[in-house]
Amino acid sequence: MNRRDFLKVLSLTPFISYIPDLSFAITPQANWNNLLVLLELKGGNDGLNTVIPYTDPTYYDLRPRLGITRDKVLQLDEKVGFHPALEALMPLWKNRELAVIQSVGYPEPNLSHFRSIEIWETASNSNQYLSEGWLSRVFTAYPPPKTFAADAIVVGDSDLGPLGGGTARVVVLSNIQRFLTQAKQNGIPNGRPANPALAHILKVEEDIRQAAEGLKTSDTLKTEFPNSPFGNALKTASRVIAGNSGIAVIKVSLDGFDTHSNQFNRQERLLREMAEGLSAFREALMEINRWNSTLIMSYSEFGRRPRENLSTGTDHGTANVHFMLGGRVKGGLYGQIPQLKPLEGDNLRFAIDFRSLYATVIEKWWGLNASPVLGRKFGVLDILKV
Amino acid sequence: MWIFLLFALLLSPFSALGADSKSIPMGYEEARHLLNRTSFAADEDQVREFAGLTREQAVDRLLSSIRTRAQTPPPEWVDEVISLRRIRSMNKEERENLRKQYRRYGIELRAWWYQEMLSTPSPFTEKMTLFWHNHFTSSLQKVKVPQFMYHQNVLLRQYALGNFGEMLHAVSKDPAMIVYLDNVSNRKGQPNENFAREVMELFTLGEGHYTEQDVKEAARAFSGWSLDRETGRFHFYPHLHDEGLKTILGQTGNFDGDAVLDILLSKPQTAEFITTKLWREFVSPTPNPGEVKRIAALFRDSHYDIKTLMRALLTSEDFYAKENRGVLIKSPVEFIVGTLRQFNIQPSDMRPLAFVARQLGQDIFMPPNVKGWLGGESWINSNTLLIRKQLLDRLFRAREMPDESGPILERLAMENSIALQSDSDSKPNSPSDREQRRMIRLQRALNLQFDSDTWCAQFEGDLTEKQNHMTKLLLAIEPLQKPQPTTDCIEFIRQLVLDPVYQLK
Repeated sequence: MNRRDFLKVLSLTPFISYIPDLSFAITPQANWNNLLVLLELKGGNDGLNTVIPYTDPTYYDLRPRLGITRDKVLQLDEKVGFHPALEALMPLWKNRELAVIQSVGYPEPNLSHFRSIEIWETASNSNQYLSEGWLSRVFTAYPPPKTFAADAIVVGDSDLGPLGGGTARVVVLSNIQRFLTQAKQNGIPNGRPANPALAHILKVEEDIRQAAEGLKTSDTLKTEFPNSPFGNALKTASRVIAGNSGIAVIKVSLDGFDTHSNQFNRQERLLREMAEGLSAFREALMEINRWNSTLIMSYSEFGRRPRENLSTGTDHGTANVHFMLGGRVKGGLYGQIPQLKPLEGDNLRFAIDFRSLYATVIEKWWGLNASPVLGRKFGVLDILKV
Repeated sequence: MWIFLLFALLLSPFSALGADSKSIPMGYEEARHLLNRTSFAADEDQVREFAGLTREQAVDRLLSSIRTRAQTPPPEWVDEVISLRRIRSMNKEERENLRKQYRRYGIELRAWWYQEMLSTPSPFTEKMTLFWHNHFTSSLQKVKVPQFMYHQNVLLRQYALGNFGEMLHAVSKDPAMIVYLDNVSNRKGQPNENFAREVMELFTLGEGHYTEQDVKEAARAFSGWSLDRETGRFHFYPHLHDEGLKTILGQTGNFDGDAVLDILLSKPQTAEFITTKLWREFVSPTPNPGEVKRIAALFRDSHYDIKTLMRALLTSEDFYAKENRGVLIKSPVEFIVGTLRQFNIQPSDMRPLAFVARQLGQDIFMPPNVKGWLGGESWINSNTLLIRKQLLDRLFRAREMPDESGPILERLAMENSIALQSDSDSKPNSPSDREQRRMIRLQRALNLQFDSDTWCAQFEGDLTEKQNHMTKLLLAIEPLQKPQPTTDCIEFIRQLVLDPVYQLK
């Protein structure tokens, strides 16, 4: 019986708590030097105007006002192309370091922001309610080394997302220097937590203590970042990575994609911010020699409705396009071009379950077994150079 | 009566009362709990006064003194007429000027509400207004017009402890809401579903109690509910309204928006949804299903009288149960306003409060999305906990370290270099230098003074008695760490507020 089979058997037993105890046997296998950077596009990015099926006449029928005309599209192949605001990503595309995964979604899609992001964050089925984020579950099953300053760092906003609800050591950072200064002054109380709220506060105290002890940063980065919150978040992330103090996951986010109205300018601004930020991030990672050991992956609660509404916006939709970027990503198109005819109701069908992306990260990037974490087997994509 | 009160005062402060809660004075601890949860911070004099009342008397007293209007005079611009047509026809420069003006208004608007929260004799009204702001959310970020946000706030306060059904109807026609959830452009033929979805998911039924088809049909019923282009007031455009038959939650008819809202109000899920949410806000993170059903039924039977609901909630056994003390985390606004009210600290300028609260994750008038602030444990992360403790540490170290006795919030706001923005679409991310300098100037205006001598003098007895008393007032449950012995009142307070328990209510 190999280790993977053993785990499979174990995961069927009711003694779930045994799994973490196996970690000492598993962890040496895990490649925690491979960093995952999660990029959340909050509000539901409109995938159809991000990667545009510019030869499909139905696209222009559905989007008489919002459609991006063929001459503006940055062509990726003979069928699809980028929104012009993604220009900064073209060098990555040409260098084959950017994978574009189309029609990502899940069965019985939920169109509520909050429920759908919860499904994405917990990697649940549409009708299943889980309280622990999928990455938090990964860390519970396969804890990163204790020598790491933290399991994960959230930069920018304070939404833990897939890192929440569990025991993962997560630190929210907006300004590293301030964090370290404040953390040093922070006295750590000891005592027994009486209720979950108090226990939560004490856990945060402990995370702070560990991170403050272990977190190192580098101020010597030469790369310039765009002057935006997103650019600043990526700069902070780069400084943390450069400090080399051990982090398994970094989460950043970009908010404002819920474009029910006046989508044109808003999405353009956001996509530009994203592309320019990521381009600078790549430069910084190359500068510190981490580009080959970093994988960037986007996610969002849903895509948007193929047919535009009368407010020059789009309502909540389903399947969406996502990205993976990194020095060891096999660039190119994956998944399936959006099928605009026939739609399912008013919405797109999905071709790739989002949990396949997660399974790919867990198995191919970290070398772990995804099934115990995701509840069942999902196909993995051949998207990474191992 | 006097004798009775005196008796209650003498007996009750720290003694547990197990007997029949209906006829026996609630005592100090329960009074403190009730007042702390329903205001921003329990006031010592009021706690003593309420200690002599039974639970029912106390809650009745609380509900009878409710105000429905703010006492703080609003900024002078709140009644400016908003011509959407004129705004739309502005040139680039005019738009830029308007944007700057609205940014200033947005800051004044926050300052106005902070002033009200800090000074009102009816803090329960403000707590409820804050609750409804987080329920019927709208954000300046999208609404952009601060006048609209002001009027929505007035509306929420007016109904804060009034009638939920009336509030739902009024909010649905409120200009800020009409803009925020895009009903402004919802018209026959091509409906915008945003409002229809959220009114079911977040305002009434809750997720899972309606279908996608219900959303689509309801959107049609709200078509034509928009704003007058000249006045910015609610206006119904009959020619944009879909007069066809709609089927919503199993009922078919030529419904308009009001009819849909009435259908939503006719469902028992609505009362249960609201009761559950208020339970989480006022009682505990884990609602008791049986009690929720009971209280929701009272709520529905009263035709959605919010006072009836709150009376039932605040007199329930669960509310006073020992295991439900100190189980809720203070929101940033509760933390800031509560601390300032608790210690009678009057900032000379309210604006920096908004900056600090924003840094802590709660920028009033700008909730992160239509679901509002997630609240609960999400208020506390490594970043926000450190800022909270830093603020307290500096506030109560004033005497020992004269160098640091200056404007605390100012420094905190500056160190964290916060820029408050009210307009996301216009380069949100690079506040101009001028803006930055202006903020620094206004932050200089702030100076927090804690008059510890007066505050500490309200407690009687020997040192131990005083300190025990202070602990009972300031903390919802026993501190995690026993304070180090000290005779210095301010040092004792500092130790108490830096205990993690101070973050709880």
